[in-house]
Formats: sequence, structure tokens, C-alpha cells
Amino acid sequence: MSAKKADAKPNVSAEELMGHYREMLLIRRFEEKAGQLYGMGLIGGFCHLYIGQEAVVVGLEAAAEEGDKRVTSYRDHGHMLACGMDPKGVMAELTGREGGYSRGKGGSMHMFSKEKHFYGGHGIVAAQVPLGAGLAFADKYLDNKRVTFAYFGDGAANQGQVYEAYNMAELWDLPVVFVIENNQYAMGMSVKRSTKSPSLWERGAAYGIPGEEVDGMDVLAVKAAGERAVAHCRSGEGPYILEVKTYRYRGHSMSDPAKYRTREEVQKMKDERDPIEQVRDMLLTGKYASEDDLKAIDKEIKAIVNESAEFAKTSPEPDLSELWTDIYTDA
Amino acid sequence: MAIEILMPALSPTMEEGTLAKWLVKEGDTVSSGDILAEIETDKATMEFEAVDEGVIGKILIAEGTEGVKVNVAIAVLLEDGEDASAAVASSAPAETATAAPAAAPAASSAAPVAVSVPQSPDWPEGTKMKQMTVREALREGMSEEMRADETVYLMGEEVGEYQGAYKISQGMLDEFGAKRVVDTPITELGFAGIAVGSAMAGLRPIVEFMTFNFALQAMDHIINSAAKTLYMSGGQMGAPIVFRGPNGAAARVGAQHSQDFAAWFMQIPGLKVVMPYSAADAKGLMKTAIRDNNPVIFLENEIMYGKTFEVPDVEDFTIPFGKAKIEREGSDVTIVTFGIGMTYALAAADKLAEDGISAEVINLRSLRPMDTETILASVRKTNRCVTVEEGWPQGSVGGYISGVIMQEAFDYLDAPVITCTGKDVPMPYAANLEKHALLTADEVVEACKKVTYR
Repeated sequence: MSAKKADAKPNVSAEELMGHYREMLLIRRFEEKAGQLYGMGLIGGFCHLYIGQEAVVVGLEAAAEEGDKRVTSYRDHGHMLACGMDPKGVMAELTGREGGYSRGKGGSMHMFSKEKHFYGGHGIVAAQVPLGAGLAFADKYLDNKRVTFAYFGDGAANQGQVYEAYNMAELWDLPVVFVIENNQYAMGMSVKRSTKSPSLWERGAAYGIPGEEVDGMDVLAVKAAGERAVAHCRSGEGPYILEVKTYRYRGHSMSDPAKYRTREEVQKMKDERDPIEQVRDMLLTGKYASEDDLKAIDKEIKAIVNESAEFAKTSPEPDLSELWTDIYTDA
Repeated sequence: MAIEILMPALSPTMEEGTLAKWLVKEGDTVSSGDILAEIETDKATMEFEAVDEGVIGKILIAEGTEGVKVNVAIAVLLEDGEDASAAVASSAPAETATAAPAAAPAASSAAPVAVSVPQSPDWPEGTKMKQMTVREALREGMSEEMRADETVYLMGEEVGEYQGAYKISQGMLDEFGAKRVVDTPITELGFAGIAVGSAMAGLRPIVEFMTFNFALQAMDHIINSAAKTLYMSGGQMGAPIVFRGPNGAAARVGAQHSQDFAAWFMQIPGLKVVMPYSAADAKGLMKTAIRDNNPVIFLENEIMYGKTFEVPDVEDFTIPFGKAKIEREGSDVTIVTFGIGMTYALAAADKLAEDGISAEVINLRSLRPMDTETILASVRKTNRCVTVEEGWPQGSVGGYISGVIMQEAFDYLDAPVITCTGKDVPMPYAANLEKHALLTADEVVEACKKVTYR
């Protein structure tokens, strides 16, 4: 079966489309490798893979400008790669090594990059939502015209603090895009079993926040919606909600019984809606690229991922003195 | 029969107030619900309504009078046909009240009773001092830092237009504007998270919890977001933020509003925890807290807000964290305490002195980092220790101190350390029960006698 055919040649340059393809592929191959390393015991604890959701962060990053901020939950590897963080530093954090972004002290769920304006990596469901509103509060206070992307899942959407943040974000016109990555399952709890108001973005109406639903498997649709959201926020009109309908192919974390959905459901999504296959199809049918061009990209990505894995395996464990550093910073 | 109109208690901790303005005069007929006067308490200025009908026979307390005790007769209400002169005879003038100009500053409503604090190395000898309430000291500390640094802002419920639920931020909205004195909806988890996020992005928020009881709603952001980010990010970013507000028992407000969380917060690596006693502590520690690049839990006490102390009248007065203060030197027993516990400790030390027991009183001020060196040095001198706190016994601050002393100064101890705490119960409402649930100076005296075998 082939991926969904694009109706017409999209209004997008070959370079841009190739860029989306490359970035999504990097996330997928990186996550596959992370899954392998987990199986080998090199990655411990929780490890939440982003496979299937790649178009969400890649599309939204394409709508962001330099200096814009992002904050997300513990399913954060894709966000970090998409905003330009070094795959080596991310993978080495997964293996808990000195070369990791947090020098091995954060792990899969807790990474940050001041340089790339990535504010974590938060392990408590929905905590990143008020934090994201707070990043935007600072931007507004400092009048620097930056926008924050606060990502959270359909599970987090039922946490009270999301609505506390909505209320204040709209009240104070904070420049924050609330991105609901609706992958349809909060661990094993489907959206249908968790709420009778399944249109999550519409809940923003209660606070006066505009928003929309987006096909999260279509990177160009995500980018276009992201541009609308960013324009709204940057113009000083306050927050915006994007409910991005996506799908995670893998389990919630590495230990997932997979009893809450059928194999057929997952396979159907992979066969018919895969975000990377959609772009690949567009590239080939639109004659933006040849099979050989794409093979070259595949090879390039494979090399980057292998290099990151090699780095993550060989980077030493943090010095024991690291146990006692970074608890307090100089007053 | 003439009815005495009594000074009302308009807040849980109000013991006295200012009769700011009379809105009726002698001879006026009033009916139930009419506004008689404006009364200023430690928290706010409130209108005081008539309950009964009648004619104002005599006003006993002039407007502008400060320090009018609750339940003192302030006026006499005559019923039909009664004569004013008869009424006056039946009402003894209030002895406690003293006339003062009506324009007295709002926050000094409580009659200043200076609590004697001996000279300490916090400021050089001969420094010019000024009298100030703890409330004013907190406000002055915040305001000075806000003047010095544009990124410092105050956020919380009723900090702006209402002028502070406990008047700590009174006047700050006027000075700094709504951008920097931010009124929030009642949404502790949400605004604590927003404040932490803003701190991660370069601002220096001061978050006021109306009381620390409500901080429980925000516990996740205090602990998981504020305290841990620096570590989890390998030192890349943290949260320079002050969480402040009244902590501990107020008066007669029941179990959910009367609790001391010092021991809870003290346990968390990544947080700094301070609890001032005096106005000098309040101001000096507040300025240090705001400048600190780490999250600081700043535990105040409602009962202490109106107390007056001497504060050094210097340009930029700060008190470092992690430095305890020996408030009273002694040789027979060391009493270690902090915050309002100081009031019990000092009262106990006075009583003990009458019995010839010399108590050394240590005001910790900072619980994390804790100045255990000062405690240990004192215990090595006195060989006895009693800890005093309002919180519960299990997992208490005193329990921790007791452990440190046992491990570091066991051979110096002539008696087991006694930890005086609040009783191990939720705070009851009934006045007699509440009194028993709280710590008393007598209990501290008893503990000190026990460790000195007297």
C-alpha cells in the first residue's frame, strides 16, 4: 500500500520539502536507534519514543523564528532534534554519559539547551504548560517579540493546570502557542475513554483562545497552521491553540503491553498516513527528487545516527563529583 | 438600656486597630446596617456597621486613635427616651486607647512595642537604627530590590489593587505599576508554574502565596520545576525565584490554615529556606533572597507582621543565608529556634533567668543552608540543647538538629536533646484546644529544666 497521494503539486520548494524529509527521517532513525540501545541495556529507565509524530515538531519548527522558545513533556527527543540540538549530545544523555546535554544528570526526560531555547524535557504531565506560559510571560515583559511553543499531549489536556495557564495566558495576552499533540492515547487511555469533549482545542473557547485542529501527519499542513498561530501570537493578540492529530507507532514507553489498541490499527496508520512516506511520495511524484537523491539522504542520516550512538556508547560516565554539582548556583 | 458599641475583631489575628474615621456623630440616629466608622486593622481598612438601632449617645474613642483593643467600648448607643448623660456614666473610658493624629501611616496601626534584640555582628556597632514593623521591613526589602533590578516583579493574589491581603505590598502597585505588581486569579499551581517559567527565561519573580497553606496546590512547581531544573539541566538554567507568604498558625482559623511547613521545604535539595524573626531579619533576608540565583522559600508569619523591631538605617542592608544569630548569650542550655519560635524561646529564657538558668538563644533564620556550626559550638559550651518550633514532631526541624548534634557533639551532651514542637494533631478551632495544640513558653521552660536536671 502506498501513502496518501497528494492531490496536486504543493506550493513548496524542493529544498524545503527535502529539508522536512531529512529532519523527519533523522528523528525516526534516531528513535529507532534509541530503541535498539534501550534493548541492549545502554539506555535505562523511561524512554518515550516519538516515532509517528515527526511531522508535528518538524512542521512547527519550520514556522518558528530564531529566538522563539519551546518546552515539552518527557517525549522530547524529536523536539530537541528538530530545534537543532546535536544528536550526539541527546543520545549521550539517553545513555547517561558525560557528553550528554545535562552531563548525564537529566536522562531521556530532562534535557535543556539555552543556546537553542529549548526549556525541557519535563516529567510531570502538563507541568510544562504553565512553564511555557511563563516563558511567554518573560518575553512579553522583556518586549522581545518572541513566541513560545508549549507542547503537551491529549493526556495532559485533562490536567487542571492547563486551564489555569490558558486563563492567565489569554488574560495577559501571552505570546504562547499551546500545541496539543493528540496521539490519541495517554499511555493506554484513549481520548474517547478519557473525555466526552473530544475536540480538545475547542476547550480554549471557554477562555477566549482561538485555535484549530490540524492534520499532524501532514508536515505542510502543520507548518501552515503553525504560521497562523505564530502570526497571531507575535502580533500581540495572545495565545493560540493547535490540536495536532497525530499517532505514536510505538508504546507509551519501552514497557508497553500494547493491549489497548489493535495491531491492525497501528499498521493501517503506518500504511496510509505515515508522515515521512507522504513527503517521500510528494518528492518523487512531484519530481522534486529522485530515488537516488533520497537514498543519499537516507545514507547521510544513517551516518549521523550511527555517529551519535557511537558517541553515546564511548562518552565516559560522569565523574562522581558531578553528583554534588548544579544543586545550587552561586548567589 | 444603653448599648455599648465595642471595637470589633475584623481579622483572625486582630488584637487592636485604629479607629480611622467616625461616619456618625453624637445625636445621630442609626439603624441596623448603617456604617458607623472605618476601622483599620493589620490587614485592611474596613467599614463597621451598626447592628442595633438607636441614637449615638456618646463617642468614647476619638477618630484617629491607634491601638484600640478589641472589645473596648468605642461609643454608646441610646435606645428610645434614654439620656446621653446616663449612658456616659455606665461606660468607663477605654484606658488602653491613646489619641493620635488621624494621618498616622497606615501600616503602623499596631502600637509599636520594640522587642529588644541585642547588638549582633549583622551591623556594626553604632549604626543608626530605625523602628519598623516586620510588614514594613518585608515591603522595604522588596521595593528596594525592585528599584535596583527591572527584572524583579511581584506576582500573587491581591498583591496589587487590594494592596496585599496582609498589606505587605501596600503602595507597591502605585510605585511599580501593574506590569511589575501582577494580580493573579486564584490559581496557585498555574501562577507558580508561570513564575518558574519566567524565571527560567531571565526574570526574577517574587511569588506571594496568600498563605503557605495554598502553596500546597503549587507544590509540584516548587519542587519538581523550580528546585530541580538546575541539576537536571547540568547547570544550564535554573529558577531565581522567591516564594513567600505567611506560614504557620495564625489564630482560630482551623486545621487547613494553621500549619508550619518549614520542615517540609527544608528537605529539598535545590531549595533554600529561610524564616525571619525580627524586622531586621525580614528585610535583610528578603534582599538576599531576591538576589539569590536559586529558588528560595521565604516563610513569614502573620502574627509577627505587626511587631516592631529596630532595623539598621543603612543604604543596602542584607543578611547572608546560612548564618544563625545568637540572640541571647547563655551558659547552661542552648535553645535553637527560628521565626515565631523565637518569641517562645526569649520568653522562656527570661523565666529561666529568674531561676538562675542561663539560656543561650540561637535564631537560625536560615534552615537550608543551616548554620549547624553555630549550634554545635554553642552545645559544646552549654552541653544541653532544646529545639523550639511550631511544626509537628515527626520529621521536624528539631529532629534533624538533634541528629546532627548526636553525630557531631555526642560526647559534649550532658542530657538528651529535647525537641519542643507543636502537638501532633491537626489544628483545632476551639480556643482552648488551639491553645493546647500550640507550643508555649512554659513548655520550653520545662524542657530546659529537664535537660539541666533542675
